[in-house]
Amino acid sequence: MTSSPPVASGGRARRGRSDSRRGDSIFFNLSRGSGVLLLVIMAAIAGFLTYRSFLSFGHNEGNFFTTFEWLPDAPVPTFGIAVLVFGTIASSIIAMVIAVPVAVGVALFISHYAPRRIAQPFAYLVDLLAAVPSIVYGLWGALFLVPHMSGLTSWMDEYLGWTYIFDSTKTGAAPRSLFTVGIVLAIMILPIITAVSREVFKQAPRMHEEAALALGATRWEMIRTAVLPFGRPGVISASMLGLGRALGETIAVATVLSSSPVLSLHLMDPGGGTFAQNIALRFGEAGENGRNALMASGLVLFVITLLVNGAARMIIARRKEYSGAN
Amino acid sequence: MAKRIDVSGLSAYYGTTKAIEDISMTVEPRSVTAFIGPSGCGKSTFLRTLNRMHEVIPGARVEGKVLLDDENLYASAVDPVAVRRTVGMVFQRPNPFPTMSIYDNVAAGLKLAGVKKKSVLDGVVEKSLQGANLWNEVKDRLNKPGSGLSGGQQQRLCIARAIAVEPQVLLMDEPCSALDPISTLAIEDLIGELKSQFTIVIVTHNMQQAARVSDRTAFFNLAGVGQPGKLVELDDTQRIFSNPSVQATEDYISGRFG
Repeated sequence: MTSSPPVASGGRARRGRSDSRRGDSIFFNLSRGSGVLLLVIMAAIAGFLTYRSFLSFGHNEGNFFTTFEWLPDAPVPTFGIAVLVFGTIASSIIAMVIAVPVAVGVALFISHYAPRRIAQPFAYLVDLLAAVPSIVYGLWGALFLVPHMSGLTSWMDEYLGWTYIFDSTKTGAAPRSLFTVGIVLAIMILPIITAVSREVFKQAPRMHEEAALALGATRWEMIRTAVLPFGRPGVISASMLGLGRALGETIAVATVLSSSPVLSLHLMDPGGGTFAQNIALRFGEAGENGRNALMASGLVLFVITLLVNGAARMIIARRKEYSGAN
Repeated sequence: MAKRIDVSGLSAYYGTTKAIEDISMTVEPRSVTAFIGPSGCGKSTFLRTLNRMHEVIPGARVEGKVLLDDENLYASAVDPVAVRRTVGMVFQRPNPFPTMSIYDNVAAGLKLAGVKKKSVLDGVVEKSLQGANLWNEVKDRLNKPGSGLSGGQQQRLCIARAIAVEPQVLLMDEPCSALDPISTLAIEDLIGELKSQFTIVIVTHNMQQAARVSDRTAFFNLAGVGQPGKLVELDDTQRIFSNPSVQATEDYISGRFG
C-alpha cells in the first residue's frame, strides 16, 4: 500500500495506473476492515458474556449444567441450564425435521416444476412470510394453534405413543408444549430455508441437467442426479440459517410455551423452556446475580450456535472435491 | 445394436421462432454422419430433435417425423425418456456429474435404468471406459471425482457414460470444440472405433474433422438472420468435399462464404 508509484513514460498512463492502485488499496482495506470488525464484535460479545457469566458462577449453589430450577435471586441462589438446553435443542430439532423437507420441496417446485408465471409470485409470497414479525407468529401459535392442536395431539398419542416422545401424559392440558413450539418455529424458518435453497437450485448447471436427461432420466431423476447433489451444501447452509433462527427465537416461543422447570421427553406435554425464552421472561425483574446468570445462559446458547455452525461447515468441507466448483 | 434414422418433414420451433424448416434425411446405421454449416443454421437444434432433447427447453416444439428403424420417435405413445435411453448424446462442453466419482458417472445411466447388481455395473463400467479409451488412465482412481480429469479425459468419460447404456444411436454436439488438438485426435480415433457398433451423428464446426471422421456429410445453411435453417445437401463426405452438387456448399467449404 505504501509502495511508490511505478515510473511510467506517459503522464496519462502513470496516473491511470496509480489511480487503480489506490482503488485497489482502498477496497482491500475496506474489505479487510469489515472482516476484522466482524471478528472484534464477535470477540467482544464472547468476552462480555464470559465475564458476566463468571461473576454469576460464584453465586450458584446448584450445578450450572444439571440443575432444573432457575432461582438466581433467591436467598440460596440455585440455577441451571438443563431444562433450557433440552428445550432449545428439542424444539429446534422438531422445527428442522418439519421445515427442511417442506422447504426443499417448495424450493424445487419454484425452481424446477412450477411454470414461470406461477413461480415468481409464489416465490414472492414465501419471501413475505419471512417479513412477518415473530410476535405475530407467537400470537397465532398461542391463540390459534394451541386450541386447535388437540386433534393432532390425540392422534399422535394413539398411533405414535409407543415412541415415548409422542406419548401425551397430560391429556386435557392446553398443549403449550415443545412440540407446538417446534411447529411454530418450523413455519418461521421455512421462508429463509426456502429462499436460499431456491436460489441454489436455480444455479444448478443447465449442462448437468441436460446430461441427466440425455441419459434417460425422468424429471425427478434429473433433479436427484444433477440438482440435489449440487444444491446440497446450499441446503445445509440454508438449514443452518434457519436453525440459528430457531435456536435464538425469543418472543414467539415465550408466547406459546408455558414455562416450567420440567425436563420431560414427552414432547407433547406442556412445560419446559428455551434459552432465549427464559432470558426474555426473566430479564425485566432479575436482580444483579439474576442478570449475570442470564448472561451465562446466553453464553451457552452462543457456544451451541457456534458448534452447530462449525459442524455444518465440516459436513460441507468433507465433500468439497465433489462440490462442482472446478 | 445400431439403427437407421429416417427424418421426414421436420421443423423445430423455439416459441414462435422457426429454427429449422422441413428437413428430410436418412442416416445409415453403423456410419458417421457429420453436420456442418454456419453458426445459427440449426444443426445443433436438429441434432437435439433426434433424441427429443429439443423439447426440454421451455416453449420448444417439433413438427414432422423421426423414424428409428420403423418407430416414430414423435408418435404420441412414445415416452421421451425411453427415446433418450435409445439415442445417447455427448455435449459440446464435457459435463460429467461433478458430485459423482468416475465410476458413478459411467454407471449413472444404468442406475437410472434400475440396474443395481454390483457385478453387472463393474463389468459395464470397465467395458465402457475401455470403449472410450479411458480405462488405462483412470482404472486406479475410479472412486475419485470425474471433475479432476483433464478436459479431454472428461469428454471421453462422457462418451463412456453415453455408451454404457448401449444406445442405438450416439449424437455428438461439437464434442471437440472445447478440447486441444491432442485430445481432439483421441476423440476422433474413438469415433472411428465406435462406428462399428453405433450409428453416430456429429455436429462440427471443424471441416477437417468432418472430412476425417465422417462417411457422409450434411451441409445446413440459412437464408439470412432470423430465417430458419435448412438442409442444403447430404452426400458422401468425399463428394461433399471434392465435388458438391450445390454451389453454396462449395462456397462454404472453400471459405468463399457470404
